[in-house]
Amino acid sequence: MRRFVPHLLYALLCLLVVFAVQSDLLNAYLQLIIMFMGVNIILSSSLNLVNGYMGEFSVGHAGFMAVGAYITSVLNVWLFTSDRVFGPAVLPPASVIYLFPVTLLIGGIGAALVGLLVAVPSFKTRGDYLAIITLAVNYIVKSSIENIQGIGGARGFMGMRNVVDAMQDVADIPWIMLWVFAGTGFSVWIIYRFVNSTYGKGIVAIRDDEIAAEIMSVDTRRMKITAFMLSSGLAGVAGGLFAHILGYINPGTFTIMKSTEIMVMVYLGGMGSLSGSVLSAIGFTVILELFRPLQVAKWVVIPLLLILLMLFRPEGLLGNRELTDVFPRLRRILAPQRRQA
Amino acid sequence: MAVLEIRNLTHFFVGLRAVYNFDLTLEGGELLGLIGPNGAGKTTVFNLVCGFYQPSEGEICFQGKKINGFRPHEVTALGMARTFQNIRLWNTLTVFENLCIPQHHQLGYGFLGPIFRTRNYLASEKRVRKTAEEILDMLGLRHYSDELPKNLPYGLQRRIEIGRALSIRPKLLLLDEPAAGMNPSEVDQLIELIRWIRDEFKLTIWLIEHHMRVVMNICEWIEVLDFGETIARGTPEDIRQNRRVIQAYLGDADSVYA
Repeated sequence: MRRFVPHLLYALLCLLVVFAVQSDLLNAYLQLIIMFMGVNIILSSSLNLVNGYMGEFSVGHAGFMAVGAYITSVLNVWLFTSDRVFGPAVLPPASVIYLFPVTLLIGGIGAALVGLLVAVPSFKTRGDYLAIITLAVNYIVKSSIENIQGIGGARGFMGMRNVVDAMQDVADIPWIMLWVFAGTGFSVWIIYRFVNSTYGKGIVAIRDDEIAAEIMSVDTRRMKITAFMLSSGLAGVAGGLFAHILGYINPGTFTIMKSTEIMVMVYLGGMGSLSGSVLSAIGFTVILELFRPLQVAKWVVIPLLLILLMLFRPEGLLGNRELTDVFPRLRRILAPQRRQA
Repeated sequence: MAVLEIRNLTHFFVGLRAVYNFDLTLEGGELLGLIGPNGAGKTTVFNLVCGFYQPSEGEICFQGKKINGFRPHEVTALGMARTFQNIRLWNTLTVFENLCIPQHHQLGYGFLGPIFRTRNYLASEKRVRKTAEEILDMLGLRHYSDELPKNLPYGLQRRIEIGRALSIRPKLLLLDEPAAGMNPSEVDQLIELIRWIRDEFKLTIWLIEHHMRVVMNICEWIEVLDFGETIARGTPEDIRQNRRVIQAYLGDADSVYA
C-alpha cells in the first residue's frame, strides 16, 4: 500500500487546489501561475531527459511544444466548436471532456514525430553540432506555422476559449487546471519509471560513454529515438495544455526565447535530476512572477541570477541527484519501492 | 563449430593498411594472446571483430554466423563481450548499474514495459539484478556495488570492467590490455582472475597484452602482429624464440644501424 503514498499525496494536493479554486480562494492570476507551473514542470523534466540524462544539448524544445500546441488546438476547435474557418462542430461539444486527453495525446504524438527530425541526425552527430540541428528544427517549426494561413499564420490561432467554455458548460469546474494536473502527474510518472528502469538507464550509459554503450549491447539508435520522441512528445502535451490555458497562441511564442527559458529551468534544477527539474520549474515560475514589477529589467536580473548560479553551483540545485538522495528520510514517503533493490 | 572464424581480414584507414590478411580460428575454450609492437593493429582487429569498424575485406564468423555488417550491439547480443584499453566504465552510474545495463539485449521488454510495470518487465528486472549480483559476488565486488567506478582504484576498475563484460554472459571474451597500468601485485591477481574466469564461465578468452609476464603465463597460443600482418604464431615457448618476433620488437641487429 505504501507504494501509492506519493500518488495519493499528489492527488490530495490537486484536490486541495481545485477545492480552493471552487470556493473562490484563489484568484484568476494565482490559478494561472499554478497552471503554468504544471506546464513548466512537464517542459523542464522532459527536456532534462535529453539534456540531462542523455547528455545531448537540445536548444529547440519550444519547437516541439509548438507542434503539440497547434495540433491539439486545431483539432479541438475543429471538432468541438463552431468556428469561422472550420465550420460547425463535428462532434457534440459536450464530448470534449472525454476527448480532450485524446487530442492532447495526438498533439504529443505529432510532436514526437517531429522529434524524429532531431533523433535521426543524432545517430551521426552529437554535442554542439546536434545543438545547431535542434535550433534549426525550432526555426523550421516556427516558420512553417507562420506560413500556414489556414491556422492563422503569423497572426496566431485562437478559439480554444470556446473549447474550454464547452467543457465548462458540462460542469462548472476548473477543467484546464485538472488536465494540467493530470498531464503533469502523467509526465513525471512516465519519466520517473523510464529513467529508473534498466532499459531507460541505457540513455545515461550513452551520456557517460556512447561507444562503450553501443559495444556493451545498448542499441544506441533505438535509445536515442526513444529518448528524443518521449521528450518531444511530452513537450507537445505541455504545448497543448499551454494553448488551452492562454486561449491564444502564435508562432512568436515558441521561439528560441521560450526554449532558453526551459533550458534555464533544467540547468537550475540540475542535470539528470527529475526532482530538481520539478522544483526548479516551480521555483522559476514563481521567480518570474515575483520579478514582474521590474518589468523589462526582469530579463536583466534573471540572466544575472543564472550567471551567479553557474559560477557558484554549476551543477544546479540537484545535479545528478534526487531529492531523496539529499534528504534520505523522504525516501520513505516518496520512493518506498526502491528499498528492495 | 568454431566459436570465431576470421578469414582474410583486411582493413584500410583511407590509405593506411592497418590489418592485412588476418586469419584466425578459435575452436572454443582457448586462451589466446595477441601481441605485437605499438601500432601493429591489435586493437583494430578487436574493433573489427566486435563490429565497431567494418572490415574493408574478409569475413568474420561468430559461432557459424557471418557478422560482417552487424552493429556492435548486435554482435554483443550474439555472445561476444570486450573490455577496453582505456577503461570505459560509465562513471555516473553505480558499479551495480554498470553490470545491469550490458544485459540490454536480453531485457525482453521495450519502452512501455517500465511505464506500465508489466509482468514481463518485473521478471526481467529481477533477472537482471540477479545476474549482476551473482557476478559481483563471484568477483568479490559486492562491497562496491553502490560506489561510482571513478572513485575506485585502478585495479578495481579493471576488475569491474571485466565483470561488466561477463554480465553479458559471453561465449567469447576479448580483453584489450587488461594489465595496462597495473602494479605487480595487481598483475598477479589479474592472471589468477583470467584463468579462473575461463574455467568458471567456460568461455574462450582472447587478449591483447603488452605485459609479457601475463601473456607468457596464461596464453596457450599466441599470435604476433606487426604492421597488420601475422608474423608468427605458436605456443609461448615458440614465440619466445622466434627470430621474426624478436626482430619486430627489438629491431634487427644487422640492419638497424647499417
